[in-house]
Amino acid sequence: MIGLVHFLTVAAMVFAIGLYGVLTKRTIIGILMSIELMLNAVNINLIAFSRFITPEALTGQIFAIFTITVAAAEVAVGLAMVFRVYYDRNTVHAARLDEMRW
Amino acid sequence: MNELIYNVAFFIFAAITVAAAIGVVTKSNLVHSALLLALCFIGVSGLYVLLQADFLAAVQILIYNGAIAIVFVLGTMLTRRSARHGTNDTEVNIPSRLVSLVSGLFVIITLGVIATTPWRYSSIEAVQDTPALLAQFILTDYMVVMEVSAVLLLAAMIGAIVLAKGVEE
Repeated sequence: MIGLVHFLTVAAMVFAIGLYGVLTKRTIIGILMSIELMLNAVNINLIAFSRFITPEALTGQIFAIFTITVAAAEVAVGLAMVFRVYYDRNTVHAARLDEMRW
Repeated sequence: MNELIYNVAFFIFAAITVAAAIGVVTKSNLVHSALLLALCFIGVSGLYVLLQADFLAAVQILIYNGAIAIVFVLGTMLTRRSARHGTNDTEVNIPSRLVSLVSGLFVIITLGVIATTPWRYSSIEAVQDTPALLAQFILTDYMVVMEVSAVLLLAAMIGAIVLAKGVEE
């Protein structure tokens, strides 16, 4: 019988994979992709809780909709910043962006 | 019989999701990573269908596959450098084995917490007609949140345009 625990397990694995990607990837775009993986894991958790703990309220699904909204906004702004950084410094490697001043 | 199909579908979608996620962080070509990210999102939307969140499964496909994955591919192609290195290598200065160990430890601890928590399962059946109910909730109880997220999207759109094009243009 597939229950809440199985979905939480999948979400935990995807979240850990995203965590690994955020910590080890070389380019900013790879880091952004890993952040998307982590956000998806959180969404799986929210919807699984909504299905198995409070199936009558749908609060988790509404929360997941707003999470998706924020994720879309984050990708738009994040990639715009990547373009800007690439235009200014001709690199997208996170390790080379180590100075705060212009 | 029905439950068997449900279980098989769950394991297929879970395997797609996890395998594609592993591919996203291990592939050394960013375009391959972006396409695997799209596959991972499809697996996640299959999990949403199994959780009887049909509207969110559609939203997942529309927004993540239709917009976010495409934008990632576009971003990869617009910022390409030399073909000497892979475009999505792991950072050499970071001990990636240690990081993967920490991530694995995170999974094990989380699984321990999940297994020991006494969940208060509800025995009520899931709502069948979710889009109508979701619309009702969003336009009544969560109205302010919806307005705030609309403003957030507008601000993100303007901010992205200004950041990418520059103010003076």
